[in-house]
Amino acid sequence: MIALALFTGFALILLGLYGALTNRDLIRMIVAFTIADTGVNVVLVAVGYLPGRTAPILDAAVPVAEAAARVIDPVPQALVLTAIVIGLGVTALMLAYAWRLFRARGSLDISDFTELKW
Amino acid sequence: MIPLSFLLALLVCAGALIAAGVALATASRATAVLGAGLVSLFASVLFVILAAPDVAMTEAAIGSGLTTFLFFFVMGRIRREGGK
Amino acid sequence: MSTRHILIAGLLGLLGLAFWHLAADYLPDAALNPTAAYYAAHAADQTGAPNLVTGIIITWRGLDTLGEVTVLFLTSAIVALVLAQSKAPAGAAGPGFLPAGELLATGTRMLLPLIALFGAYVIANGHLSPGGGFQGGAVLASGVLLALLAQPRMRIGHALLARVESVSGLGYILVGLAGLAFASGFLDTAFLPLGRFGALLSAGAIPLISVLIGLKVGAEFATILQSLEEGEDAAQEEDAA
Repeated sequence: MIALALFTGFALILLGLYGALTNRDLIRMIVAFTIADTGVNVVLVAVGYLPGRTAPILDAAVPVAEAAARVIDPVPQALVLTAIVIGLGVTALMLAYAWRLFRARGSLDISDFTELKW
Repeated sequence: MIPLSFLLALLVCAGALIAAGVALATASRATAVLGAGLVSLFASVLFVILAAPDVAMTEAAIGSGLTTFLFFFVMGRIRREGGK
Repeated sequence: MSTRHILIAGLLGLLGLAFWHLAADYLPDAALNPTAAYYAAHAADQTGAPNLVTGIIITWRGLDTLGEVTVLFLTSAIVALVLAQSKAPAGAAGPGFLPAGELLATGTRMLLPLIALFGAYVIANGHLSPGGGFQGGAVLASGVLLALLAQPRMRIGHALLARVESVSGLGYILVGLAGLAFASGFLDTAFLPLGRFGALLSAGAIPLISVLIGLKVGAEFATILQSLEEGEDAAQEEDAA
């Protein structure tokens, strides 16, 4: 199951990067970036998973005394939680800049933005 | 005998990859955005299978909910300005 | 398929090869690493939060979370700034909304209190069950989103959102300083009694910080949504008039 999740995550990263590099439309590049973002999160959570263990929440089923032997690694989960929230912020920023570029040029095609091309 | 959770994980992973493929291959911008939202939704189910309910909640609410609407808001602005 | 696409596919293929080596050689650990084991063993006596993820986010890694909400605040401010500078020329942007349908308007009136209640539940139970400030804040923001969709003209004032955001941010810092004064360090939540393990009012200041983070994150997401929503320019002009 970990191998499956790792494979999916890596495949999502590669698909997202491919889409971001080959698309010429700004909105679709941002969509591809969010897919790659999701892929990174899947990989991180999969790395924290240990087979045969349960979620890092202690209750009647997982008493405190045996917690360390029964739960999976909570640190990557906390990391990914942060990454998802920041991911939304990054997406919002990219969209705001895309909108600014559209207002300035009336186009979302990166072929029309050639100032830095050489 | 393959365990049921593995089958579910297989299904979800296949769904996520297919949705990503659709999002990147489609000609319509709106379909691409919806495809990315679907990838997030499948990923959040995968997080539940991977015993990460906190992450699953966040991904479902933020990744597939709010992000999709951010895209649609910006696309609505662009359409109103006469872009395609 | 141009040469450019083939070149990109080739480069990504190399990256995929690296990924393949990482994934193929990956063996899950048999036991938790020392850090995670420490967190699991000391959840009851140091944070009092049964949900280890919340304990890590709010207490052990509290400074990272403070940085994160700061980054989010900066993002919402920058989005508002970037969009405010690109105001539509007068007359170019008509009232482009379609009025919301009967179903959406009625559904919003019914669902909005429930969404707010669910958000409050997720925030308040963050240390006991999956949830916490970030998830609850996102739920609250999705309530704002629903209201925006149902009534594009109705929006929460920027002044109110900014006030909620800054007051909860200031409160977060003050709670952190209280940890410095009355417990072992900045953002240590143990200056309030830890209480009975697993009770709603327990885990020191964690529920308090959850509420503050929830309000702050909810206000920030609502600001971002309102900034990007298409009726923004028209509404700002109305405010100015």
